[in-house]
Amino acid sequence: MGPTAPKFLPLGDSALQIVFGDRLDPAVSRYALALSQRVKNLSGLTDRVPAYASLTLHYDPQIWTHAELVESLKALLGDVDCETDDGETLTVPICYGGEYGPDLDEVAQHTGLSPDEVVTRHSGGLYRVHFIGFMPGFPYLGGLDPALSTPRRAEPRTLVPAGSVGIAGDQTGIYPLASPGGWRIIGRTPLRLFDPGRDPPCLLSPGDRIRFVPTGPEEFARECAETRQ
Amino acid sequence: MRGDPPVIRVEKAGLFSTVQDSGRPGWQYWGITVGGVMDSYSAAVANLLVGNTRDAAMLEITLQGPRLHFESGTWLAITGGDLSPELDGKPLPGWRPIWAPAGSRLSFGRPRLGCRAYLAVAGGISLPRVLGSRSTHTRAGFGGLEGRPLQEGDRLAFGASALPIPRDPHRPLVPNWYVNANAALPLEAPARLRLIPAPDWTNLPRAGQRSLNSEAYRIGSLSDRMGLRLEGPPLPLPTSGERLSAGVTYGTLQLPPGGQPIILGVDRQTTGGYPVLGTVASVDQARLAQLKPGDPVSFEAISVERAQALYRARSHGLRRLQASLSLRWPRVGLI
Repeated sequence: MGPTAPKFLPLGDSALQIVFGDRLDPAVSRYALALSQRVKNLSGLTDRVPAYASLTLHYDPQIWTHAELVESLKALLGDVDCETDDGETLTVPICYGGEYGPDLDEVAQHTGLSPDEVVTRHSGGLYRVHFIGFMPGFPYLGGLDPALSTPRRAEPRTLVPAGSVGIAGDQTGIYPLASPGGWRIIGRTPLRLFDPGRDPPCLLSPGDRIRFVPTGPEEFARECAETRQ
Repeated sequence: MRGDPPVIRVEKAGLFSTVQDSGRPGWQYWGITVGGVMDSYSAAVANLLVGNTRDAAMLEITLQGPRLHFESGTWLAITGGDLSPELDGKPLPGWRPIWAPAGSRLSFGRPRLGCRAYLAVAGGISLPRVLGSRSTHTRAGFGGLEGRPLQEGDRLAFGASALPIPRDPHRPLVPNWYVNANAALPLEAPARLRLIPAPDWTNLPRAGQRSLNSEAYRIGSLSDRMGLRLEGPPLPLPTSGERLSAGVTYGTLQLPPGGQPIILGVDRQTTGGYPVLGTVASVDQARLAQLKPGDPVSFEAISVERAQALYRARSHGLRRLQASLSLRWPRVGLI
């Protein structure tokens, strides 16, 4: 059973947002994803965007009016199975610190832990992909050890390399593409999270679980070479 | 009677021209934005004018257009903003089909009205689809021409077209009929965008709402397909603290910490964490896409019901246009 009394808000005339709350709560995120699976086959929906505490549905206003879609969705709300949303469990190799994780020492300083402890705690967790957003294939991961919580950088970097793993507050995530970014970068993975020529193009989907496995720089370089082939 | 497949060669790149179609819906679940043309109304009319389906790939041309050399004769149509197109140095009217003979050159001059022109060619630009679309995603570097804008030396091929070739294919031909764009796309300033408000709109202090209603904002110079930045009196942020990232869409009016709003474009992120004041009605996306740096803009709140009725009327108009053009074309063949 889902949260009580979600809000249905129009996001313009061709999308609507179902808002379940205003806090980061794993149970709510699971519900948003499960509801998104439940409405998958509803005609006239073009896109589903689950997030921490909301589900955004993009639709064709020639098929649905806002009010009609809200009525249909309300009828589905109680009929959501939250047990089926778990995807695959993947291991993600990551090279922590050094040139691949330039903010590792700052995270250690902020949290009062040693850099090694930060690595042990970060790679010790089992993370859940709450949702994908920001850029193609970017996973918002839940499950960060609260002791590692570190605010964003005051000045975002103009270029964060692809594969960079970062921390922002209670969140951790991986940059699939080189881009500007303000998250604290603690390591990098040689895996390609997004490749438009691949089917499917994104390595991770909402609901997947991941474990970070520390690798050394040599292994990182070797895996990078293999990934490129 | 068919010649070689038409090809155009890019002699000068211009400022920022990209291959776009109606975008790639269905991928936002994986963080991949819809993209496609910013002004889907002008783009659809350009395609219909040259007998294409509405989703055929075309060039979206921004402010300063390219110089293009047609290696074979082809029908083309230019819609959207008026960027002073010329064929072999002669001014070219928009919103109608035009036969460009082999060897002719299309160039653009000063932007006169609007920001983006759409160049459709009969048969549509023929490029492989990536994730279901030929649209260029410049930030992620895929789609269109290797995910980048036009460059000097590029060659673009076009698909097959069933349109008749004029009796004298060596001379430009401009039929005397056209689509009246002004009713659907009045480009004269100031622009008044209709907005479906979000809860944060009602939370804004009166002074903030007044500013948004009164042309107090201008389009900033750092605007692009990702977002139009507004410059004007800073708005106070809603009080309800930190936001959780949630889905956003084309036309969503965000309020970042600096207090200067941003209207999200088609190359926006799929989710955002800033407060949202509302979203521009789909029917006004065409007008939004034609705003250029310095243009004044204001907003007018409307209901989602009204916005959807306007959108359906616009879609109906396009279907009627498609039907009437299909009756026109056989007669063009007799020219």
